[in-house]
Amino acid sequence: MLRNWSDRKIEEIVGDILRAGVTVSAVVVFAGGLLYLKGSAWTHPDYRVFHGEPSDLRALGGIWHGALALDARAIIQLGLLLLIATPVLRVMVAILGFAAERDRMYVIFTSIVMTILLYSLFGSGSAF
Amino acid sequence: MNVVELTVLLVLGSFTAGLLGSLTGLGGGVVLVPLLTIFFKVDIRYAIGASLVSVIATSSGAAAAYVKEGFSNIRIGMFLEIATTLGALCGAFLSTVVPTRVLAIIFGLVLLYSAYLSRKPRTRRERDLPPDPLATRLKMNGSFPSEEGGERHYNVQNVPAGFSIMFGAGALSGLLGIGSGAVKVLAMDQAMKLPFKVSTTTSNFMIGVTAAASAGIYLNRGYIEPGIAMPVMLGVLYGSLLGARILMRADTKVLRLLFSLVIVALGAQMIYAGITGNI
Repeated sequence: MLRNWSDRKIEEIVGDILRAGVTVSAVVVFAGGLLYLKGSAWTHPDYRVFHGEPSDLRALGGIWHGALALDARAIIQLGLLLLIATPVLRVMVAILGFAAERDRMYVIFTSIVMTILLYSLFGSGSAF
Repeated sequence: MNVVELTVLLVLGSFTAGLLGSLTGLGGGVVLVPLLTIFFKVDIRYAIGASLVSVIATSSGAAAAYVKEGFSNIRIGMFLEIATTLGALCGAFLSTVVPTRVLAIIFGLVLLYSAYLSRKPRTRRERDLPPDPLATRLKMNGSFPSEEGGERHYNVQNVPAGFSIMFGAGALSGLLGIGSGAVKVLAMDQAMKLPFKVSTTTSNFMIGVTAAASAGIYLNRGYIEPGIAMPVMLGVLYGSLLGARILMRADTKVLRLLFSLVIVALGAQMIYAGITGNI
Protein backbone atom coordinates (compact mmCIF):
# COMPACT_ATOMS: atom_id res chain seq x y z
CA MET A 1 0.00 0.00 0.00
CA LEU A 2 2.70 2.39 1.09
CA ARG A 3 4.74 1.57 -2.02
CA ASN A 4 1.83 2.40 -4.27
CA TRP A 5 1.22 5.68 -2.56
CA SER A 6 4.78 6.70 -3.02
CA ASP A 7 4.89 5.64 -6.69
CA ARG A 8 1.91 7.90 -7.27
CA LYS A 9 3.69 10.69 -5.45
CA ILE A 10 6.67 10.41 -7.79
CA GLU A 11 4.30 10.42 -10.75
CA GLU A 12 2.64 13.63 -9.52
CA ILE A 13 5.97 15.43 -9.14
CA VAL A 14 7.20 14.13 -12.49
CA GLY A 15 4.04 15.44 -14.17
CA ASP A 16 4.57 18.91 -12.70
CA ILE A 17 8.21 19.02 -13.77
CA LEU A 18 7.35 18.05 -17.33
CA ARG A 19 4.68 20.70 -17.61
CA ALA A 20 6.85 23.45 -16.09
CA GLY A 21 9.88 22.53 -18.21
CA VAL A 22 7.93 22.64 -21.48
CA THR A 23 6.25 25.95 -20.57
CA VAL A 24 9.47 27.71 -19.55
CA SER A 25 11.39 26.52 -22.59
CA ALA A 26 8.57 27.49 -24.98
CA VAL A 27 8.52 31.01 -23.48
CA VAL A 28 12.31 31.37 -23.83
CA VAL A 29 12.28 30.04 -27.40
CA PHE A 30 9.41 32.38 -28.28
CA ALA A 31 11.21 35.41 -26.81
CA GLY A 32 14.39 34.49 -28.67
CA GLY A 33 12.32 34.02 -31.81
CA LEU A 34 10.87 37.53 -31.61
CA LEU A 35 14.36 39.00 -31.18
CA TYR A 36 15.61 36.89 -34.08
CA LEU A 37 12.80 38.07 -36.38
CA LYS A 38 13.42 41.66 -35.38
CA GLY A 39 17.15 41.42 -36.06
CA SER A 40 17.36 39.19 -39.14
CA ALA A 41 13.94 39.56 -40.78
CA TRP A 42 15.12 40.27 -44.32
CA THR A 43 18.13 38.01 -44.53
CA HIS A 44 18.03 34.89 -46.72
CA PRO A 45 19.46 31.92 -44.86
CA ASP A 46 20.37 28.89 -46.95
CA TYR A 47 19.57 25.60 -45.24
CA ARG A 48 19.91 23.46 -48.36
CA VAL A 49 23.52 22.76 -47.59
CA PHE A 50 24.57 21.53 -44.19
CA HIS A 51 27.22 23.71 -42.53
CA GLY A 52 26.66 22.76 -38.91
CA GLU A 53 26.20 25.33 -36.21
CA PRO A 54 29.12 27.58 -35.16
CA SER A 55 30.89 26.16 -32.13
CA ASP A 56 29.43 28.71 -29.71
CA LEU A 57 25.92 27.39 -30.46
CA ARG A 58 26.90 23.77 -29.87
CA ALA A 59 27.79 23.67 -26.20
CA LEU A 60 26.40 24.87 -22.92
CA GLY A 61 29.11 27.48 -22.17
CA GLY A 62 28.89 29.28 -25.50
CA ILE A 63 25.08 29.25 -25.54
CA TRP A 64 24.94 30.67 -22.03
CA HIS A 65 27.37 33.51 -22.83
CA GLY A 66 25.54 34.34 -26.03
CA ALA A 67 22.16 34.39 -24.28
CA LEU A 68 23.50 36.73 -21.59
CA ALA A 69 24.69 39.03 -24.37
CA LEU A 70 21.08 38.89 -25.72
CA ASP A 71 22.10 37.17 -28.93
CA ALA A 72 18.77 36.02 -30.40
CA ARG A 73 19.99 32.69 -31.77
CA ALA A 74 21.72 31.86 -28.50
CA ILE A 75 18.50 32.60 -26.56
CA ILE A 76 16.55 30.20 -28.80
CA GLN A 77 19.26 27.61 -28.27
CA LEU A 78 19.07 28.17 -24.50
CA GLY A 79 15.32 27.52 -24.61
CA LEU A 80 15.93 24.31 -26.54
CA LEU A 81 18.56 23.28 -23.97
CA LEU A 82 15.98 23.81 -21.21
CA LEU A 83 13.64 21.55 -23.16
CA ILE A 84 16.33 18.85 -23.44
CA ALA A 85 17.05 19.24 -19.74
CA THR A 86 13.42 18.56 -18.77
CA PRO A 87 13.55 14.77 -19.24
CA VAL A 88 16.98 14.73 -17.58
CA LEU A 89 15.53 16.45 -14.53
CA ARG A 90 12.67 13.97 -14.60
CA VAL A 91 15.11 11.06 -14.43
CA MET A 92 16.90 12.72 -11.54
CA VAL A 93 13.64 13.05 -9.59
CA ALA A 94 12.92 9.38 -10.26
CA ILE A 95 16.31 8.43 -8.76
CA LEU A 96 15.47 10.42 -5.62
CA GLY A 97 12.01 8.89 -5.48
CA PHE A 98 13.27 5.31 -5.77
CA ALA A 99 15.96 6.10 -3.18
CA ALA A 100 13.27 7.34 -0.80
CA GLU A 101 11.44 4.04 -1.33
CA ARG A 102 14.74 2.20 -0.63
CA ASP A 103 14.37 0.43 -3.95
CA ARG A 104 18.04 -0.17 -4.67
CA MET A 105 17.44 -2.06 -7.92
CA TYR A 106 15.54 0.83 -9.51
CA VAL A 107 17.99 3.41 -8.18
CA ILE A 108 20.65 1.53 -10.16
CA PHE A 109 18.51 1.25 -13.32
CA THR A 110 17.62 4.92 -13.24
CA SER A 111 21.23 5.94 -12.57
CA ILE A 112 22.32 4.03 -15.68
CA VAL A 113 19.82 6.03 -17.74
CA MET A 114 21.07 9.24 -16.11
CA THR A 115 24.70 8.41 -16.94
CA ILE A 116 23.82 7.81 -20.58
CA LEU A 117 21.98 11.16 -20.74
CA LEU A 118 24.85 13.07 -19.13
CA TYR A 119 27.34 11.40 -21.45
CA SER A 120 25.28 12.50 -24.45
CA LEU A 121 25.10 16.10 -23.23
CA PHE A 122 28.62 16.59 -21.93
CA GLY A 123 30.80 13.70 -23.01
CA SER A 124 29.95 13.18 -26.65
CA GLY A 125 31.37 16.48 -27.94
CA SER A 126 34.97 15.41 -27.61
CA ALA A 127 34.45 12.03 -29.21
CA PHE A 128 35.19 13.32 -32.72
CA MET B 1 12.57 33.25 -49.05
CA ASN B 2 13.49 35.64 -46.27
CA VAL B 3 13.45 34.83 -42.57
CA VAL B 4 9.94 36.20 -41.92
CA GLU B 5 8.32 34.23 -44.76
CA LEU B 6 10.20 31.09 -43.90
CA THR B 7 9.34 31.33 -40.19
CA VAL B 8 5.63 31.89 -40.86
CA LEU B 9 5.43 28.96 -43.29
CA LEU B 10 7.38 26.70 -40.94
CA VAL B 11 5.08 27.57 -38.02
CA LEU B 12 1.99 26.85 -40.13
CA GLY B 13 3.35 23.58 -41.50
CA SER B 14 4.52 22.33 -38.11
CA PHE B 15 1.28 23.40 -36.46
CA THR B 16 -0.68 21.29 -38.97
CA ALA B 17 1.68 18.35 -38.49
CA GLY B 18 1.35 18.55 -34.70
CA LEU B 19 -2.44 18.91 -34.85
CA LEU B 20 -2.95 15.97 -37.22
CA GLY B 21 -0.35 13.90 -35.39
CA SER B 22 -2.09 14.24 -32.06
CA LEU B 23 -5.63 13.92 -33.47
CA THR B 24 -4.77 10.66 -35.20
CA GLY B 25 -2.42 9.39 -32.51
CA LEU B 26 0.27 8.81 -35.11
CA GLY B 27 2.55 11.57 -33.85
CA GLY B 28 3.56 14.70 -35.72
CA GLY B 29 7.25 13.83 -35.76
CA VAL B 30 7.05 11.36 -38.62
CA VAL B 31 5.80 13.92 -41.14
CA LEU B 32 8.07 16.78 -40.02
CA VAL B 33 11.29 15.55 -41.62
CA PRO B 34 9.69 14.87 -45.05
CA LEU B 35 7.88 18.22 -44.78
CA LEU B 36 11.15 20.05 -44.14
CA THR B 37 13.27 18.18 -46.66
CA ILE B 38 10.79 17.78 -49.54
CA PHE B 39 8.87 21.06 -49.35
CA PHE B 40 11.33 23.42 -47.69
CA LYS B 41 14.47 21.86 -49.23
CA VAL B 42 16.18 21.87 -45.84
CA ASP B 43 19.19 19.57 -45.41
CA ILE B 44 18.01 16.35 -43.75
CA ARG B 45 20.40 16.82 -40.80
CA TYR B 46 18.86 20.18 -39.86
CA ALA B 47 15.41 18.61 -40.33
CA ILE B 48 16.25 15.69 -38.04
CA GLY B 49 17.56 18.09 -35.37
CA ALA B 50 14.43 20.26 -35.42
CA SER B 51 12.15 17.22 -35.46
CA LEU B 52 13.86 15.63 -32.47
CA VAL B 53 13.54 18.80 -30.42
CA SER B 54 9.81 19.03 -31.11
CA VAL B 55 9.41 15.35 -30.25
CA ILE B 56 10.72 16.15 -26.76
CA ALA B 57 8.27 19.05 -26.46
CA THR B 58 5.16 17.10 -27.46
CA SER B 59 6.09 13.99 -25.50
CA SER B 60 6.75 15.96 -22.31
CA GLY B 61 3.56 18.00 -22.78
CA ALA B 62 1.39 14.93 -23.26
CA ALA B 63 3.16 12.76 -20.67
CA ALA B 64 2.53 15.42 -18.01
CA ALA B 65 -1.19 14.68 -18.32
CA TYR B 66 -0.96 10.86 -18.60
CA VAL B 67 1.44 10.39 -15.71
CA LYS B 68 -0.96 12.14 -13.37
CA GLU B 69 -3.86 9.93 -14.44
CA GLY B 70 -1.90 6.86 -13.35
CA PHE B 71 -1.93 4.96 -16.64
CA SER B 72 1.79 4.94 -17.34
CA ASN B 73 4.03 2.51 -15.50
CA ILE B 74 7.15 4.36 -14.31
CA ARG B 75 9.09 1.18 -13.48
CA ILE B 76 8.59 -0.38 -16.89
CA GLY B 77 9.39 2.98 -18.48
CA MET B 78 12.60 3.50 -16.54
CA PHE B 79 13.85 -0.06 -17.05
CA LEU B 80 13.22 0.02 -20.79
CA GLU B 81 14.80 3.46 -21.04
CA ILE B 82 18.16 1.79 -20.43
CA ALA B 83 17.62 0.09 -23.79
CA THR B 84 16.14 3.07 -25.63
CA THR B 85 18.79 5.59 -24.49
CA LEU B 86 21.63 3.22 -25.38
CA GLY B 87 19.98 2.65 -28.74
CA ALA B 88 19.53 6.39 -29.19
CA LEU B 89 23.25 7.02 -28.56
CA CYS B 90 24.16 4.42 -31.19
CA GLY B 91 21.58 5.81 -33.62
CA ALA B 92 22.75 9.40 -33.19
CA PHE B 93 26.39 8.43 -33.74
CA LEU B 94 25.36 6.40 -36.80
CA SER B 95 23.43 9.35 -38.23
CA THR B 96 26.66 11.36 -38.40
CA VAL B 97 28.33 8.76 -40.64
CA VAL B 98 25.44 7.32 -42.68
CA PRO B 99 25.05 9.09 -46.08
CA THR B 100 21.96 11.35 -46.22
CA ARG B 101 20.56 9.34 -49.16
CA VAL B 102 20.52 6.21 -47.01
CA LEU B 103 18.92 8.16 -44.17
CA ALA B 104 16.16 9.26 -46.53
CA ILE B 105 15.48 5.69 -47.68
CA ILE B 106 15.37 4.32 -44.11
CA PHE B 107 13.08 7.18 -43.19
CA GLY B 108 10.74 6.35 -46.05
CA LEU B 109 10.57 2.70 -45.02
CA VAL B 110 9.73 3.67 -41.42
CA LEU B 111 6.95 5.94 -42.73
CA LEU B 112 5.45 3.11 -44.78
CA TYR B 113 5.67 0.76 -41.82
CA SER B 114 3.97 3.15 -39.40
CA ALA B 115 1.18 3.75 -41.92
CA TYR B 116 0.73 -0.04 -42.17
CA LEU B 117 0.66 -0.40 -38.37
CA SER B 118 -1.96 2.32 -38.06
CA ARG B 119 -4.31 0.47 -40.44
CA LYS B 120 -3.86 -2.92 -38.81
CA PRO B 121 -6.77 -3.80 -36.52
CA ARG B 122 -5.76 -4.10 -32.90
CA THR B 123 -5.77 -7.66 -31.62
CA ARG B 124 -7.81 -8.33 -28.50
CA ARG B 125 -5.61 -8.47 -25.46
CA GLU B 126 -6.00 -11.62 -23.38
CA ARG B 127 -6.50 -10.71 -19.75
CA ASP B 128 -5.30 -12.35 -16.53
CA LEU B 129 -2.03 -13.74 -17.84
CA PRO B 130 0.09 -15.65 -15.28
CA PRO B 131 2.92 -13.67 -13.63
CA ASP B 132 6.31 -14.01 -15.33
CA PRO B 133 9.24 -14.67 -12.91
CA LEU B 134 11.58 -12.03 -14.39
CA ALA B 135 8.90 -9.35 -14.60
CA THR B 136 7.93 -10.12 -11.01
CA ARG B 137 11.54 -9.83 -9.90
CA LEU B 138 11.74 -6.47 -11.65
CA LYS B 139 8.52 -5.38 -9.91
CA MET B 140 6.88 -4.45 -13.20
CA ASN B 141 3.39 -5.85 -12.72
CA GLY B 142 0.94 -3.09 -11.99
CA SER B 143 -2.59 -1.86 -12.14
CA PHE B 144 -4.41 1.07 -13.68
CA PRO B 145 -7.82 2.74 -13.28
CA SER B 146 -10.24 0.71 -15.45
CA GLU B 147 -13.27 2.02 -17.33
CA GLU B 148 -15.64 0.04 -15.14
CA GLY B 149 -14.20 1.83 -12.13
CA GLY B 150 -11.70 0.36 -9.70
CA GLU B 151 -8.21 -0.88 -10.52
CA ARG B 152 -7.35 -3.50 -13.11
CA HIS B 153 -4.26 -5.59 -12.47
CA TYR B 154 -1.93 -6.81 -15.22
CA ASN B 155 1.09 -9.14 -15.39
CA VAL B 156 3.97 -8.19 -17.68
CA GLN B 157 5.35 -10.87 -20.06
CA ASN B 158 8.54 -11.47 -22.03
CA VAL B 159 10.82 -8.71 -20.72
CA PRO B 160 13.93 -9.71 -22.76
CA ALA B 161 12.06 -9.43 -26.07
CA GLY B 162 10.58 -6.08 -25.05
CA PHE B 163 14.03 -4.85 -24.02
CA SER B 164 15.59 -5.84 -27.35
CA ILE B 165 12.89 -4.22 -29.46
CA MET B 166 13.27 -1.09 -27.35
CA PHE B 167 16.95 -0.90 -28.25
CA GLY B 168 15.90 -0.87 -31.89
CA ALA B 169 13.28 1.79 -31.21
CA GLY B 170 15.92 3.96 -29.53
CA ALA B 171 18.35 3.49 -32.42
CA LEU B 172 15.70 4.53 -34.96
CA SER B 173 14.83 7.55 -32.83
CA GLY B 174 18.47 8.64 -32.67
CA LEU B 175 19.09 7.93 -36.33
CA LEU B 176 16.03 9.72 -37.72
CA GLY B 177 15.04 12.26 -35.06
CA ILE B 178 11.61 10.71 -34.51
CA GLY B 179 9.88 9.47 -31.35
CA SER B 180 9.40 5.97 -32.83
CA GLY B 181 6.33 5.60 -30.66
CA ALA B 182 4.96 2.95 -33.04
CA VAL B 183 7.89 0.62 -32.37
CA LYS B 184 7.75 1.28 -28.62
CA VAL B 185 4.06 0.42 -28.52
CA LEU B 186 4.84 -2.72 -30.53
CA ALA B 187 7.38 -3.84 -27.92
CA MET B 188 5.03 -3.30 -24.99
CA ASP B 189 1.85 -4.35 -26.76
CA GLN B 190 2.94 -7.45 -28.67
CA ALA B 191 5.93 -8.69 -26.68
CA MET B 192 5.19 -7.65 -23.10
CA LYS B 193 1.38 -7.94 -23.41
CA LEU B 194 0.64 -4.70 -21.60
CA PRO B 195 -2.90 -3.29 -21.71
CA PHE B 196 -3.20 -0.86 -24.63
CA LYS B 197 -3.76 2.22 -22.48
CA VAL B 198 -0.68 1.42 -20.39
CA SER B 199 1.58 0.76 -23.38
CA THR B 200 0.63 3.92 -25.27
CA THR B 201 1.01 6.22 -22.28
CA THR B 202 4.23 4.59 -21.05
CA SER B 203 5.63 4.81 -24.58
CA ASN B 204 4.83 8.52 -24.66
CA PHE B 205 6.47 8.91 -21.27
CA MET B 206 9.65 7.28 -22.59
CA ILE B 207 9.90 9.22 -25.84
CA GLY B 208 11.16 12.39 -24.15
CA VAL B 209 14.02 10.68 -22.31
CA THR B 210 14.99 8.67 -25.39
CA ALA B 211 15.04 11.81 -27.52
CA ALA B 212 17.07 13.71 -24.91
CA ALA B 213 19.78 11.04 -25.19
CA SER B 214 20.32 11.78 -28.87
CA ALA B 215 19.60 15.53 -28.59
CA GLY B 216 22.89 16.09 -26.74
CA ILE B 217 24.81 14.49 -29.59
CA TYR B 218 22.83 16.40 -32.23
CA LEU B 219 23.57 19.66 -30.43
CA ASN B 220 27.28 18.87 -30.21
CA ARG B 221 27.34 18.05 -33.92
CA GLY B 222 25.62 21.30 -34.92
CA TYR B 223 22.37 19.70 -36.18
CA ILE B 224 20.14 21.97 -34.13
CA GLU B 225 19.69 25.21 -36.09
CA PRO B 226 17.77 27.84 -34.08
CA GLY B 227 16.24 29.41 -37.19
CA ILE B 228 14.49 26.12 -38.04
CA ALA B 229 14.04 24.52 -34.64
CA MET B 230 12.32 27.64 -33.18
CA PRO B 231 9.30 27.78 -35.54
CA VAL B 232 9.07 23.99 -35.79
CA MET B 233 9.09 23.38 -32.04
CA LEU B 234 6.58 26.15 -31.27
CA GLY B 235 4.28 25.13 -34.13
CA VAL B 236 4.25 21.42 -33.32
CA LEU B 237 3.81 22.04 -29.60
CA TYR B 238 0.81 24.32 -30.08
CA GLY B 239 -0.71 22.06 -32.71
CA SER B 240 -0.45 18.93 -30.60
CA LEU B 241 -1.78 20.60 -27.45
CA LEU B 242 -4.77 21.87 -29.42
CA GLY B 243 -5.23 18.43 -30.97
CA ALA B 244 -5.28 16.75 -27.57
CA ARG B 245 -7.94 19.22 -26.45
CA ILE B 246 -10.35 18.64 -29.34
CA LEU B 247 -9.64 14.91 -29.51
CA MET B 248 -12.45 14.09 -27.06
CA ARG B 249 -15.10 15.55 -29.35
CA ALA B 250 -13.80 14.53 -32.76
CA ASP B 251 -14.46 11.41 -34.80
CA THR B 252 -11.01 10.61 -36.11
CA LYS B 253 -11.70 7.59 -38.31
CA VAL B 254 -11.68 9.46 -41.63
CA LEU B 255 -8.86 11.70 -40.45
CA ARG B 256 -6.73 8.68 -39.56
CA LEU B 257 -7.27 7.20 -43.00
CA LEU B 258 -6.38 10.47 -44.74
CA PHE B 259 -3.33 11.03 -42.58
CA SER B 260 -2.02 7.52 -43.15
CA LEU B 261 -2.41 8.08 -46.91
CA VAL B 262 -0.36 11.27 -46.54
CA ILE B 263 2.28 9.27 -44.65
CA VAL B 264 2.41 6.64 -47.42
CA ALA B 265 2.84 9.37 -50.05
CA LEU B 266 5.61 11.06 -48.05
CA GLY B 267 7.30 7.72 -47.43
CA ALA B 268 7.32 6.91 -51.15
CA GLN B 269 8.63 10.39 -51.89
CA MET B 270 11.47 10.02 -49.34
CA ILE B 271 12.52 6.66 -50.81
CA TYR B 272 12.41 8.11 -54.33
CA ALA B 273 14.44 11.15 -53.26
CA GLY B 274 16.97 8.90 -51.56
CA ILE B 275 17.38 6.63 -54.59
CA THR B 276 17.75 9.51 -57.06
CA GLY B 277 20.06 11.36 -54.66
CA ASN B 278 17.80 14.39 -54.71
CA ILE B 279 17.95 15.02 -50.97
